[in-house]
Amino acid sequence: MSDTLSITLTVNGERISTQVPPRLPLIDLLRETLGLTGTHLGCAQGVCGACTVRVDGETARSCLMLAAQADGCQIDTVEGLTDSGALAALQDAFHRHNAVQCGYCTPGILLAAAELLDQAENPPTRDEIRDHISGNYCRCTGYQSVVDAIAEVAGSRAARPKPETAP
Amino acid sequence: MSLTDADRPNSYIGRSVPRPNARRLLQGRGRFVDDLVLPRMLHAAFLRSQHAHARILSIDTTSARALPGVVAIYDGDDMAAHVTPWQGVLTHLSGMRSPPQPVMARGVTHWQGEPVVMVVAESRAVAEDALALIEVDYQPLDAVCDMEAALAPKAALIHPDLGSNLCWERRIDEGDVDGAFAAPGAIVVERQFTFGRHTGVTLEPRACIGDYDPAEDRLTMHYSGQAPHMMQSVIARHLGLPEARVRIVAQDVGGSYGIKIHTYGDEIATLAAARLLRRPVKFVADRLESFQSDIHARDHRITARAAIDSTGRLLAVDVDDTTGIGPYSVYPRSSGIEGNQVINLIGAPYRLENYRARLRVVFQNKVPMCQYRAVGHPIAMAVMEGLMDDLAEASGRDPADLRQMNLRADDSYPANSPQGLRFADLSHEQCLPKLLTNMDYRRLRAEQAALRDQGIHRGIGLVTMVEVTNPSPMFYGVGGAPIAAQDGASARLDASGAVHVSNSVTEQGQGTETVLAQIAAQVMGVDIADVHVTTGDTATTPYGGGTWASRGAGIGGEAMLQAAKALREQVLQVAAAILQTESDALDIRDGHVVDTASGQGRISLRDLAQMVYYRGNELPEGLKPELIATRHFKVSDYPFVFTNGAMAAHVEVDTETGLVRLLDFWVVEDVGTILNEKLVDEQIRGGVVQGIGGALFEECIYSDDGQLQNATMADYLVPMAAEMPDIHIDHVCTPTRTSELGAKGAGEAGTAGAPGAVMNAINDALRPFGTRLSQMPMTPERILKALGHV
Repeated sequence: MSDTLSITLTVNGERISTQVPPRLPLIDLLRETLGLTGTHLGCAQGVCGACTVRVDGETARSCLMLAAQADGCQIDTVEGLTDSGALAALQDAFHRHNAVQCGYCTPGILLAAAELLDQAENPPTRDEIRDHISGNYCRCTGYQSVVDAIAEVAGSRAARPKPETAP
Repeated sequence: MSLTDADRPNSYIGRSVPRPNARRLLQGRGRFVDDLVLPRMLHAAFLRSQHAHARILSIDTTSARALPGVVAIYDGDDMAAHVTPWQGVLTHLSGMRSPPQPVMARGVTHWQGEPVVMVVAESRAVAEDALALIEVDYQPLDAVCDMEAALAPKAALIHPDLGSNLCWERRIDEGDVDGAFAAPGAIVVERQFTFGRHTGVTLEPRACIGDYDPAEDRLTMHYSGQAPHMMQSVIARHLGLPEARVRIVAQDVGGSYGIKIHTYGDEIATLAAARLLRRPVKFVADRLESFQSDIHARDHRITARAAIDSTGRLLAVDVDDTTGIGPYSVYPRSSGIEGNQVINLIGAPYRLENYRARLRVVFQNKVPMCQYRAVGHPIAMAVMEGLMDDLAEASGRDPADLRQMNLRADDSYPANSPQGLRFADLSHEQCLPKLLTNMDYRRLRAEQAALRDQGIHRGIGLVTMVEVTNPSPMFYGVGGAPIAAQDGASARLDASGAVHVSNSVTEQGQGTETVLAQIAAQVMGVDIADVHVTTGDTATTPYGGGTWASRGAGIGGEAMLQAAKALREQVLQVAAAILQTESDALDIRDGHVVDTASGQGRISLRDLAQMVYYRGNELPEGLKPELIATRHFKVSDYPFVFTNGAMAAHVEVDTETGLVRLLDFWVVEDVGTILNEKLVDEQIRGGVVQGIGGALFEECIYSDDGQLQNATMADYLVPMAAEMPDIHIDHVCTPTRTSELGAKGAGEAGTAGAPGAVMNAINDALRPFGTRLSQMPMTPERILKALGHV
């Protein structure tokens, strides 16, 4: 069809070629075409963070990005990052701290938290954690347990011996 | 050796067990309504009124119908042939009036956002394309927006047949209020409060799927909500289906807080369309639609007076509350409950004999207002606690001391309030001192004084409060609403020895299913991993009210306790017959029936179940085993089970910018028996933050002609992580006498108390400036205005 675009992208490690309407948001491709319903739509304006995914390793709002813009990109969602184990420590800590209630914001917050922990050279302070997840709204928890969980994982990572840096 | 409950191998009640069902949510395996795709499913979108009040002159859908992918288009008149109107009045709120409300607007629209035309199409995108092609010719009418102007003699009428814009009025006059205010030496304060409109902003918008099977005449609603059996009744009534042929299924619900418990025309129209088209139809509100159609909350203007005598004893309170509820009282709970709770709860923590109140519930052309988390409590607590601070200041007393000397005594229950509420098992006299100790109140006061000298303005705000939980039938059922006050639980043993329980209370993330599993596992003597919980499905759970008014753990939990005890008794009876002993000599531990005295294992639950189910021939003659039990529970003797607590906010106000920094927040709450402290604390914390949202940020801002000005998440501010403090929680535990479990509710306390605490704290900070705020939210602009800086 002339009113669709051909795109090829990698989603959770799987190469996907598909036709998309130019106006299709990335989140609709993920949720509706690929059935990856762990990514949630909260506001469709990039404010609430429920739709957070990784695009080429960086967090992005999948409601603000068109599927066509993801052509050639590597997309990771909560499903893929769960299967790879990348989120395991955070998921475990969130579970123990009850840092999840309704769970709608949770995948987005996990991705934001993972980004912070991956970027930080030193364990972030509670204030830094609060700052970093302020683009992700949670209406249930009041955030404290989320901060507790992230801080615990940050602390245990810092306590681990650092891998040797390659020359 | 006999074991206490806490020593038992399967002791779960009172332990902070992590939620088994949270793992799915953490892995992106939630089951929210919009995640569900059914074969041949269609999608609905609604054209909504752009005017707050307008006559619909014509609707032209010709171009929209021609759009490929459009399957059906309905306006309010079309839908009226298939859905009967509803009326949101309760008979026990005597004199309440509200006209029949059509499923979609007919002839006249009454609020900006009211559904006018429904498009059903192959995709939501196509349905929205079609909306853009529909032409509606409106004749704007005078919009009645201000609640006081709505009551003026010559105000335009929203419903001319009613003769005025008054929905309901209630007065209370107990004791000698005038005499008390006129008493010699009385210190009297008076203040006007304004509480803005806000809304729940569930992160998952309202969503539903209607799925009708004409072969069986069965309608299934996939529902994002709190009260499946109530919806079953509502839908059956208004779609003209037998109730038993309507099934409501609620799986994961992405936030609710009272928003998703009401009757929404767009959802009912979606079900009607599914029935007409014989195909599944999905409707998911977008964020704009959420702001324009989810119920709003609060919206009160209150003038309040209070008096103490020269010793500080509270003499009297007099309150006049006007509240705007939009154009209809919301069905089936009505929009009168919030105001009713405001005037019922003011002064509840205190010994008070003289009380007068007037409540006026007023129609206006705004989004309908109805019950949202902590219904009425934040208003009642903020008003009374604001007055207590004013009285403390006027009499030169410390605000903590004034409260302490007026609190109801812990040994004074049962006791009645002048409003006729009946209290029992409260612990104000323990909670407030504990709060003051935990926050180191005297040190904070000293620090506050020292910092004021340095130009740093910190404030301490206190609230003592009660919360209505575990309601009896006196809340809704008595007024004719199809809302159950009782809940049911069932428990059964399967052939593998696992326990399956179901319950009519529902889960929206509070941890409902977890506490049900804790109760069942402990009673049945099994590992919690061997308890499997079903909620949220009218086809598979006992009949009951659902989750609202902080009733899940207290009512659903008690039903669960009794059902599990009944199953345990069944198991022990069967075991005793097999083992030729007495059932009271047996116990169940770790999935095995054991001798109570020796702890020696006699038969596993698995072996027992398999003997019953597979090898009944081996059972003793005459034994007719049942391994399934159902029990129901409702609160009797008391209309509600009240909880109580005390809260404190510590804030710093930047008097140059008007910004408020929340430094700390403390809560001491008595929720009775604590089933899972972690879950209770997180309910309270989440509630506090929603309360803070209403106090500082959240407001549905309207223009004079009824246009909602900030219907996006970028413009409507909700609390973010960086703005929130850590919240310190402690408990006093006074079990309720109304149940064996002893659990009271916990879900709304935080929202009930936090706004008043924050308001008092800000005003405490501003005291040196001789100004105060009495309007929520307390935005930087309002603070600067109060300071005279803008």
